[in-house]
Amino acid sequence: MTIRPITLADRIAAGQKVESLLSTQEYFVNMGPQHPSTHGVLRLLVRLDGETVREVIPVVGYVHRGIEKMGEYLTYRKFIHLSDRLDYLSAITNNWVVAMAVEKAAGIEINDRIQTIRTLCAELQRIQSHQLWWGVFGMDLGAFTAFLYGFRDREVVTDIFEETTGARLTMNYIQPGGVMFDIHPDFVKNVKKFLAYFKPKLEEYETLVSGNVIVQARLRGVGILSPGAAVSIGTTGPVLRASGVAHDLRKSEAYGVYGKVQFDIPVGVKGDCWDRYWVRIEEMRQSIRIIEQLIDSIPEGKHMTIKPTAKIKLPEGLYYNQMETARGILGALIVSDGGEKPYRIHLRSPNFNNLWSVTAMAPGLRIADLVAILSSIDVVVPDIDR
Amino acid sequence: MTGEEIVLAVSRIEERAKPREKCAMPAVTVPVESLAVFMRAIHDDPALSFDMLCTHTAVDWLGENRFELLYVLCSLKHGHYLTVSTSVPRDKPEVSSVSSIWRIAEWQEREVYDLMGVLYSGHPDLRRMFLEDDWNGFPLRKDYKDDFMLELPE
Repeated sequence: MTIRPITLADRIAAGQKVESLLSTQEYFVNMGPQHPSTHGVLRLLVRLDGETVREVIPVVGYVHRGIEKMGEYLTYRKFIHLSDRLDYLSAITNNWVVAMAVEKAAGIEINDRIQTIRTLCAELQRIQSHQLWWGVFGMDLGAFTAFLYGFRDREVVTDIFEETTGARLTMNYIQPGGVMFDIHPDFVKNVKKFLAYFKPKLEEYETLVSGNVIVQARLRGVGILSPGAAVSIGTTGPVLRASGVAHDLRKSEAYGVYGKVQFDIPVGVKGDCWDRYWVRIEEMRQSIRIIEQLIDSIPEGKHMTIKPTAKIKLPEGLYYNQMETARGILGALIVSDGGEKPYRIHLRSPNFNNLWSVTAMAPGLRIADLVAILSSIDVVVPDIDR
Repeated sequence: MTGEEIVLAVSRIEERAKPREKCAMPAVTVPVESLAVFMRAIHDDPALSFDMLCTHTAVDWLGENRFELLYVLCSLKHGHYLTVSTSVPRDKPEVSSVSSIWRIAEWQEREVYDLMGVLYSGHPDLRRMFLEDDWNGFPLRKDYKDDFMLELPE
């Protein structure tokens, strides 16, 4: 008599139900901290059933540097330099948030030239950030070409920033009372050159990726975030607007010279990955519009209205200022005890809130969809961890 | 609504709500025991409808022996803001969680617990956020010391 292992057929023949024999088991898998699609050191603990995601638990803190604690030991002017290191793709806007909070509290007057330069730089920064996002998004979906195209075009903006600010990533450009240096003599010429170069390239992005059948299939109807959940989770920026909530501080609380220019707020319909993709592509067009309206009419004036060495003291009190970065609303909450340093400084980072929308979107979808979702909300991890 | 109208409207909901002094934006102080009920009321009230919790953080007032908890609220519907402040004693920092009202509060409260050591009752998952689970102390407290900290040269 030969002995053979018991097979599935034997068990069915013995009267066991097929469902009980094919039962699956839930298990946990770590995505990250070193994973290409987590864009930095972010860990997602994923509870899986087969390939279906049941739950996502983000684990953060791998690049926590204690910026808020460090801020308590630095003067306001020095703290600006730390704010670059939050969301490194929105360095100029980060500078501006803190600088504007200090200016409002200390009553520092800013002239129109400074406001225009700041607005121009912030919009260039937004384009640059969305270009990088577009490239990385393509790569996460498996299209390496997009990555190279995105970085190639971003290089042009980075060069413009390098000429004026002397840095490519952490610019430290906007200071309380003005901007660190006046714009480079070639700034206007080069920005115009960039716009002429980039406008056809943006159409190329559309033909290359947006209309692609695979991209459409990967994005449409995937990762739907309802408007109610988006507001309750406190998401802002393109994530919130893709869910159909037209909330943009550039319109509702126009700072800088946004009140003087014409632009539209792109708003999504369903709140899926496709809407978040489309909103960002459209935002690049609107940023181009804003720059075109401002670039020919930069007013004359000084680039700094106070002495760069002047001591800045805020009156005792509580101040909050917020602004629209490429990823959403960045807020700076300053508690002053009347001294040169903040008693407490807290930063409301857009990525921190946006990240948690993953927990609402991913359950029920596949692992590959989770990668698309994470990429579509465009997180920058140092901004979450601070 | 203007800032004064908002402060007036919330003082009708909670009579112990007082305007917070030395604050650049509309802000009220409420007693800690009525915080949860108060927050639920201003979230649900149609004229106020604070549907978004922009940020939540804490300030360590060491000299006054209290933590001040700050909630910056925003209403996307009406476009107005309100800062709610409440205080808990440093030796017994306990407050009820608002994570059932705004989902983001669950994670913002975890951050404040991690760095400031405020305990939230009714929180579904109160763990450390950024630091390791076996970290000693809460770094954003003003009296926090550890071996890695250097003296600031004058």
